[in-house]
Order: sequence, then structure tokens, then C-alpha cells
Amino acid sequence: MKHLLSAADLDAATATLVLDTAAEMASLAGREVKKLPTLRGRTVVNLFYEDSTRTRISFEAAAKRLSADVINFSAKGSSVSKGESLKDTALTLQAMGADAVVIRHPASGAPHRLATWVEGSVLNAGDGTHEHPTQALLDAYTMRSRLGRLAGLKVAVVGDVLHSRVARSNVALLATLGAKVTLVGPPTLIPVDLRTEVCYDLDSVLSDTDVVMMLRVQRERMNDSYFPSEREYARRYGLDGPRMRKLPEHAIVMHPGPMNRGMEIAPEVADSARSTIVEQVANGVSVRMAVLYLLLGGKS
Amino acid sequence: MNAPHKYLIKGVSVLGRPKTDLLIQDGVVAEGDAKGAEVVDADGLVALPGLVDLHTHLREPGREDAETVESGSRAAALGGYTAVCAMANTSPVADTAGVVEQVYRLGREAGLVDVQPIGAVTVGLAGERLAELGAMATSAAAVRIFSDDGHCVSDPKLMRRALEYVKAFGGVIAQHAEEPRLTEGAQMHEGEVATRLGLTGWPAVAEEAIIARDVLLAEHVGSRLHVCHVSTAGSVEVLRHAKARGVRVTAEVTPHHLLLTDERATSYDPVFKVNPPLRPASDVEALRKALKDGVIDIVATDHAPHAVEDKECEWAYARPGMLGLETALSITLSVLGEDWDLIAERMSRAPARIAGLDGHGHDPVPGAPANLTLVDPAARRVVDPAESASRSRNTPYAGMTLPGRVVATFLRGTPTVLDGKAVK
Repeated sequence: MKHLLSAADLDAATATLVLDTAAEMASLAGREVKKLPTLRGRTVVNLFYEDSTRTRISFEAAAKRLSADVINFSAKGSSVSKGESLKDTALTLQAMGADAVVIRHPASGAPHRLATWVEGSVLNAGDGTHEHPTQALLDAYTMRSRLGRLAGLKVAVVGDVLHSRVARSNVALLATLGAKVTLVGPPTLIPVDLRTEVCYDLDSVLSDTDVVMMLRVQRERMNDSYFPSEREYARRYGLDGPRMRKLPEHAIVMHPGPMNRGMEIAPEVADSARSTIVEQVANGVSVRMAVLYLLLGGKS
Repeated sequence: MNAPHKYLIKGVSVLGRPKTDLLIQDGVVAEGDAKGAEVVDADGLVALPGLVDLHTHLREPGREDAETVESGSRAAALGGYTAVCAMANTSPVADTAGVVEQVYRLGREAGLVDVQPIGAVTVGLAGERLAELGAMATSAAAVRIFSDDGHCVSDPKLMRRALEYVKAFGGVIAQHAEEPRLTEGAQMHEGEVATRLGLTGWPAVAEEAIIARDVLLAEHVGSRLHVCHVSTAGSVEVLRHAKARGVRVTAEVTPHHLLLTDERATSYDPVFKVNPPLRPASDVEALRKALKDGVIDIVATDHAPHAVEDKECEWAYARPGMLGLETALSITLSVLGEDWDLIAERMSRAPARIAGLDGHGHDPVPGAPANLTLVDPAARRVVDPAESASRSRNTPYAGMTLPGRVVATFLRGTPTVLDGKAVK
């Protein structure tokens, strides 16, 4: 594995290796000294073209726990017209000797482009409406630790699938790992031909699902006629207490954050014992450590 | 000035017919004494009427870093063209007599192909009010085709008026069919690949809806309509229906829509970004069939040079468009096979008729204007962007092996290409 650009690129063996490695990394978190020397002397650049404090901090913590040197490069504000091109930035990072570049970018495919211009590894930390592979890996890790397996799990992904990189990565990875995904949302927010089960009625899927993954819904979508109002959206596709109680006893509720409480998820649900939302954040660091380790340290 | 040269093209096959000699003299294909003529060995070569491109972006004035009238003319001649119609989306826009005359004059000065300017339909391509179409028609450039290409004339009232107005001088509106409200932020064909890549979709219906509206408008006012770069199977069906009803509509397809599919976007390399976008194989198949059966009248390149920085970037930020002039004949040849009469019809005669270019689109037989090109159908070449005569390098065919090679091109009896090289 040279880069991690897309969850769709991972085969079952590689994905499982990442999850198993993450489990080992997680065991570190309980120790007094949380640091491994594995990536000492290696440089990891966080190249963020979008604000995302939680993802950046997660990658930063992961790299530091592996003893890598971390450079945070916030490219936000350098607009395409005024600022430096991605290619020139790539050549700059290359010249600085970056061993890995973690990139978050509003344009789908930007990490793929970057990978053609740098010699180091490229990690996609979210590109446009395309993918967010480490999120899918940490979600799979969370499901596996809570429910003991992935193969055969029934997962409902609910909300704005059309614009969600989290959904795309999850659909790809969960299919590879043998889970059964159903996309739930208004037809306007379900992309064409995603080749996955689709259901427009949230209530009808709840009683037979192991995982409900709620996606963040941008309020701006309302102004573009994807749905009539926040209220109607919440009523039809929001996960509230009564809906949560339709779930089987063991089922869990996930959300990649940040949440719109009261819109796609009710506070009662977000704070319930079924919710894995805080766990997902903790698991994110372990999974990102595993990915960095396998990309940079695994072979040497 | 030296006396015009005489050329004797020896052993050439005119449109695949038995071998013959063609004497080129005084700007026409002549009969008579070949003494003193410079001999062009055309053994194994096929003579076609000089190709005519109804859809070329020459970028001058405004983006001379990407292309000039001269560099684009050279690329055209090397592609076997003797005439190109230059699109209006320059900077400033070709929406006045002054700009179209400038482009026309630059074309004359380059002297490699006839450059026929296309005028904008609306001022600044803004789609708000008509440009001075009549002034462009009566200018030295004698504009007959009007197009806001790059933008759709989406306002139905304005489109109706434009169709009607140009009847006064035998004009035609060439529509870039794209309902803008359905393609906001669109990056590639709306379908399985776009979903997978997370790129905003450009749905086929955005093209088909405008073509359907426009053929009805053209029928209503009895005007001529030309549809640029048809890209979907649904558009073909709308056109078939309209033609069966007797609507005066013609249509073009680009080489890239005949060859490439939306799978190319998987690389995220913007060299494959174009508007309208590359479509799935089922559309490509329908377009090929429509070109053969005549529902689509012509091949037009939509040659769209772009500077390196406009393509070496993120997909969403790249400009749409690809080079086409130097590869169009090869691709058409690979699609239609060695049906030279059909190739001549789709790439020379029909586009010349649509554009009203009387001196072009004539088979190279005695008495015809000597606008012709000689093709080696047996040759194979690997496309190398660095070899392009264009100032830009954004060919989507890099590394592909294509059939056929243009060996020589004559414009009014004067060679613009000899031995596969531009004469100037």
C-alpha cells in the first residue's frame, strides 16, 4: 500500500490488516507512555484546504504517537485564482521531504492528482463529495468492536448520501468486508447507480438493522430544493427517540460528526447508550495510526 | 510574387476510386498539360475534399497563450482541413463586426486555412440581448453562423428571436444545448461513474430538453437550426423525430464523443474534462450509428486548446475542452472505416453546405476548387502531445495508436502541408 486514496481500492485482506493493526494501536492508549518510536525521523504533512479541526487533530495525534514530525499546512484562504496551485504546493512539500501528505480538499479527486506529483504517500482525509476512507475504516472498526463482526451486518446509511464522502467510502468498504448496506433518504439525495440497496422509508428498515449511520445534512441543501424544509426532513428522516426504540436490542447508532442535533439526530439518541459517536472519535486516532504505520513504517 | 506553382498529384485515389493523376493549377483541379508541374507521389494515398470544421476554438483574441489563429490554422491544415469556423467565445467576445473582422483578417494573414468567424448570438455571450447579428453578416467576415457556444441560449424567447432574425441574411443559429439550471456545478456525465467519483453530474436530459425545445421553435418559425456537439442517444432520437417531420435542423458530433467514454474520468485527469461531457458506451454507440445513417450530419472537432495551468489542476477547477483538429480524421476513419465518400460527406461537403462556404466541400475532380487533402490510410501513428502544432497540449489521445495520416493539404492550389509537414 503506497497511498490511501479511496476505500474502494482496499481489498478485504488489506482492510482487515488495517483494522487488526488499529486494535494493536488502541491497546497503546491505555498505557502511561502512549508513544511508539516507529516513525521517528519521518515527516507527515497535514495539508488542509478545508476547515476540519477534528480530522486534522486526529491525524496529528496519530502521527505524533508514532513519533513522526508533523507539519500543519493550512491552505485555506489561498483561493485557486489568487493562491498557489496544488501542483506547486505539491512540489514545495516534495522539496521539504514530506514522507506522507494527509490532504483534505473540497475538490473530488484532488488526492489522486496530488499522488501523481509527489513521491511520498498520499492519504485522503476527505475530498469533495468523493471519499473519506479513514472515516470508513474507523466506522468499520467501531462496528466490529461493538458487534463482534462485519460480515453479514445490516447497515442503514441515512441522509444526504448524494453529497457525502463518508457514505461513499462506507458503501465501498462495507461491501468489501461483507456487510449489507441500505441507503435511506429522500430520492433527491440518493445518487444514481450507486449499486446498493435503496429505501426511501426510514421506519421500514429500522426493525431489521444492526447499525444506523446518520449522515450530516447541510441546511443549505434546503435552498436548492432537495427537500422542502428542515422540519419535514427531520420528521421523515431524522432519528428520534420513538424511531430508535424500533431498533433491535443490540443495534448501534453512528454519526461521523459534526451533528445537527434536532435535524438528523435527536439529542436523546445522540446521548443514548446505543450511540457510538464519542467512541468513533477515539477509534479514529487508532485507525489513522494504523494507516500511517502501514504506509510508512510497515516495510522498513 | 512567383507565378503560381503547378502540381501533379500522381497515382492518387480520389475517394477510393481507381488511381489517377490530378493536375493542380491556378487554384483549381485542372485538365491538360502537366509539363513543368511539381510531382507529388501519391501512390497509396486517397484524395479527399479539404475538410471543413464547423466548430473550432482559436482563442485569439484573448488567450494567445493557448492558441492563436495562426497556430490553430496550422494544426487544422495538418489535420487535412482547408476551412475552419472560429467560435465566438474569445476575449473580447466576437459579438461585433470589429472582432469578427479581426479574426477573419488574422486567418487571411496566416493563410493556412480559410478562417470563417462565427458571431455571438448575444452580447458578451450573456444570453440577455441580441448582438448586432446583421452588422456581422454584412461585415468583411460575412458571418452566417451565430453561436453562444460554451453557453446555451437558454431563454426561449431570445432563441426564438435569434432563429427568426437571421433568416434575413440566410444565417443559422448553432446551439450549445445545455439547460443551465440542470447543470449547475456539473463536472461530468451524470451516471454510475460520476456517483463513484463524487463529481456532480451533467444529466443527458439537460441536452435533450433544449434540443427538443429548439427543434420545435425552429419548426414554428421556419428557421434553420444547427445543434453543436450532440452527445447522447436521447438527443439522437429527438433529432431523428424532428428530421422526419421536416424540421430544418442539422447536427454535429465530435470525435471525442465518438471514441471516449466517461470511464476516462476515473483518473481525475482533466484532460478528459469536456463540455458536454464524455458519455457512457451506449451513447457512443448511438452517436456512431447516427453518424452513419445521417441523423447526425457532420463531424466537428470542438477543438478547444487550453493552457497547461488550466488543465494541470484539480478536476473541478480545470477548464473543459480538448484538442481535436489533428486527430479528427483518424478517429472518424476508425469509426466509419474506409468509406471515403461518407467521410467526405460528414467532414467536408455537409459542413461546407451548412456554413455556406461555397469554395469548399467539392470533390477533387477537374473543375473543382483545389481545396483538398491527401491521406495515407495505411499509416499508423502514436499520438504525442509534444508534436502538436497547437500551442496547447490537451489532447485526450496521448499514447493512442490511430489509423491514417494526412500527407498533404492544398488550399486553393497552394500546398499548406507537404510530406506530412506544414509548409509554413
